Amino acid sequence: MEYSGLFSLVPLIVLLPVAGLLINIIFGGRMSEKAIGSLASAASGLAFVVAVLLGVALRTGSGEAVVVPFADWIHIGDLNIAWNFRVDTLSVLMMLVVSGVGTLIHIYAIGYMHEDVRFKNDIGRYRRFFVFMNLFIAMMMILVSGDSYLMLFVGWEGVGLCSFLLIGFWYDKDTLGWPSTANANAARKAFIVNRIGDFGFLIAGFAMFWAFKDLSFGGVFTQAAQVASVAPGVILFITLFLLVGVTGKSAQLPLYVWLPDAMAGPTPVSALIHAATMVTAGVYLVARSAPLYTLVPQAQTAVALVGSITALFAATIAVGQYDIKKVLAYSTISQLGFMVAAVGMGAFVPGMFHLVTHAFFKALLFLSAGSVILGLERGHHHLAHQSGSGSPESPDSGHPVTESPDSLHSEEAFDPNDMRNMGGLRKQMPVTFWLYVIGALALAGIFPLAGFWSKDEILADAFQKFPAVYLLLTIAAFLTAFYMGRQVWMVFFGKPRHAAAARAEESPKVITVPLMILAAGAILGGALNLPGMHSLTLWLEHTIAGVEAGEFNFLVAGLSTVLALVAIGLSWVLYGRQPLAEGQKDPLKKLLGPVFTVFERKYWVDEAYWAVFVNRYVDIARFLADVIDGRFWHDWFHEKVIAGTYNWLSRTVLDLRVDQQFIDAIANGLGRLTKRISSDLRRLQNGFVRSYALAVLAGVVIILGYLILK
Amino acid sequence: MAQTIPLSWYLAISAMLFTMGALGVLIRRNPLIIFMSVELMLNAANLAFVAFARSFGVLTGQIFVFFVMTVSAAEVAVGLALIVIIFRNKHSINVDLMNSLKG
Repeated sequence: MEYSGLFSLVPLIVLLPVAGLLINIIFGGRMSEKAIGSLASAASGLAFVVAVLLGVALRTGSGEAVVVPFADWIHIGDLNIAWNFRVDTLSVLMMLVVSGVGTLIHIYAIGYMHEDVRFKNDIGRYRRFFVFMNLFIAMMMILVSGDSYLMLFVGWEGVGLCSFLLIGFWYDKDTLGWPSTANANAARKAFIVNRIGDFGFLIAGFAMFWAFKDLSFGGVFTQAAQVASVAPGVILFITLFLLVGVTGKSAQLPLYVWLPDAMAGPTPVSALIHAATMVTAGVYLVARSAPLYTLVPQAQTAVALVGSITALFAATIAVGQYDIKKVLAYSTISQLGFMVAAVGMGAFVPGMFHLVTHAFFKALLFLSAGSVILGLERGHHHLAHQSGSGSPESPDSGHPVTESPDSLHSEEAFDPNDMRNMGGLRKQMPVTFWLYVIGALALAGIFPLAGFWSKDEILADAFQKFPAVYLLLTIAAFLTAFYMGRQVWMVFFGKPRHAAAARAEESPKVITVPLMILAAGAILGGALNLPGMHSLTLWLEHTIAGVEAGEFNFLVAGLSTVLALVAIGLSWVLYGRQPLAEGQKDPLKKLLGPVFTVFERKYWVDEAYWAVFVNRYVDIARFLADVIDGRFWHDWFHEKVIAGTYNWLSRTVLDLRVDQQFIDAIANGLGRLTKRISSDLRRLQNGFVRSYALAVLAGVVIILGYLILK
Repeated sequence: MAQTIPLSWYLAISAMLFTMGALGVLIRRNPLIIFMSVELMLNAANLAFVAFARSFGVLTGQIFVFFVMTVSAAEVAVGLALIVIIFRNKHSINVDLMNSLKG
């Protein structure tokens, strides 16, 4: 295959982060904190440079997909599965997002991890964090750059592993640095729920191999139309099971439950993995599988419905949350629902467009939230020192908790993630405030920020093709603007509701500068695919056949803008006009009553899953452990059958019969015989010399007689 | 050459002497007598040696006799010493009283 020299750089996209993590593993022990973080950031940044070069190569070339062979992987008989890189407009777009946003988050993490209250100069953890982050970038690159469903699956599992490792990064401490297994549990939950989705992906992969005898994108897509004409059910089967995989990885109904818990990870992880990149892998998968999905409208409908219902469902939950990161987590699920709905409707370009803009503003929001949390922790740290009654303590060693029982008490009550502890932060943290507002407006879809353009493309497509989806998504968009408004009013306006919030401090430059770059992306990201220019559509049409530039629908755009403004106004009425006071109930709770409680308790989905699945599973596990393993295998089979038989054999048969009655008899008999003979023979030794002499004589006579008579 | 006494006669006397010696050893209880009987047996053997030596015209038998006489002299010396010691301990030299080495 002919391709220009730049394309042969593509393996570097994986190898550079791998090199970064290897250097950090091998030499990181002797490197300083700054060096470790900088190296990891540089590895990610160089991967971004490579991605840019690949984009340039595509732009200057024909723009068609280029497959770069890299290594042979599996070679069995005729089956030959190679690790090939696929460079096309779709994969390069993903590479740019992953490495670009990833690099900024790496830089941010240098500052964030240093400031985390749990860090306390634990340099080994610091290194491990960046090793995991680089591993994540490498795995995500494998995912987006692989040329077959198998390589995609390798990356898919790899990012799942990184997600697990990073959610449970503080596996022994909670957000306050207290010993707790909550984070480890959250990591396990994410891993296990993702396994269910991956199971669907695997089934789809097996079916694909069965139907096409090939897993490479080119091989599958060229045969797809022909197979679909013979057996459309097969394609439907494959696409629906791929959808199961998508619901797992991209946190859609019914497998979304892991993502809110994944917020247990450090905030840069929440931003990178659980908002900007990994969770969009499902959207990428559907967009990549566009040739399959366009063949089966039923599967497309299913995807669109799953996405849009998730979008609305998660948006309602976000309204009732108090944890600053949980609101963003449900918002992420909701926005992923938008993307999934878009790619499900066949609006692949708007879906990918929203993926890119969302990566910018959701990463911005998460990282700003991280900055808020750090600010609160700093404020709380001052507070604890103040109340520490002057006991000597160095600022670096030990948690403030160790000072006195009083501060320990206040420590327990304080959660730096809880928006009810915030308030009035715009004065203490002005930079973070403005960045957060930009992110929130972009997410709410206010003109001319990035979210406006991408969301409206989705809505415009839905308006034309899928009225039901349009309705669901519009309500979700309304709620989005409302909960973001609620969050901004609660966090940044009014008076501080906690002493720590009053003493919060702005974050250092290493944290705010990456945020500014992301904010620029959140403002200008819409330029990627402005109506009339459609640069992203033109870019992606090389890869996804049949995409057409959607028309800008003034009705849809106007309506959604009005709705967003109304929602923000509503949030002002509830939360801005009369700021929440300390200990006051949420005003929405008075308005909605039990409905708000339903939102706040997340529809009891987790509890329902516990009751229906987890507890049943635990029951089965108990049954297997107690009855099958304990009573049957251990008590009966091992104890009774095996050990009992052995004991009977050894005691009754071998011991009594063989040993005691046979072998002992031989030994004892020999002894008795010797004893008897000797007691008889001793009588011959009577001590009379003359009888000995007679015996000698008799002996001589006998021998001589024998010799003579012979 | 005058008619010689045939070998068998010597051997007959030797056998008689030996038998008398053996009987004496077995029957008598006085160790002195037993010694004398042993001497009788040795001399019966000596007589047989010299008779054969003379009959076959070789000197080996006669030389052997000297050895036997030397050994028997040494034996008697040791034996008499033993008898003296035993008498001191037991105030008797009856061999049937010396039966403490029995099983």
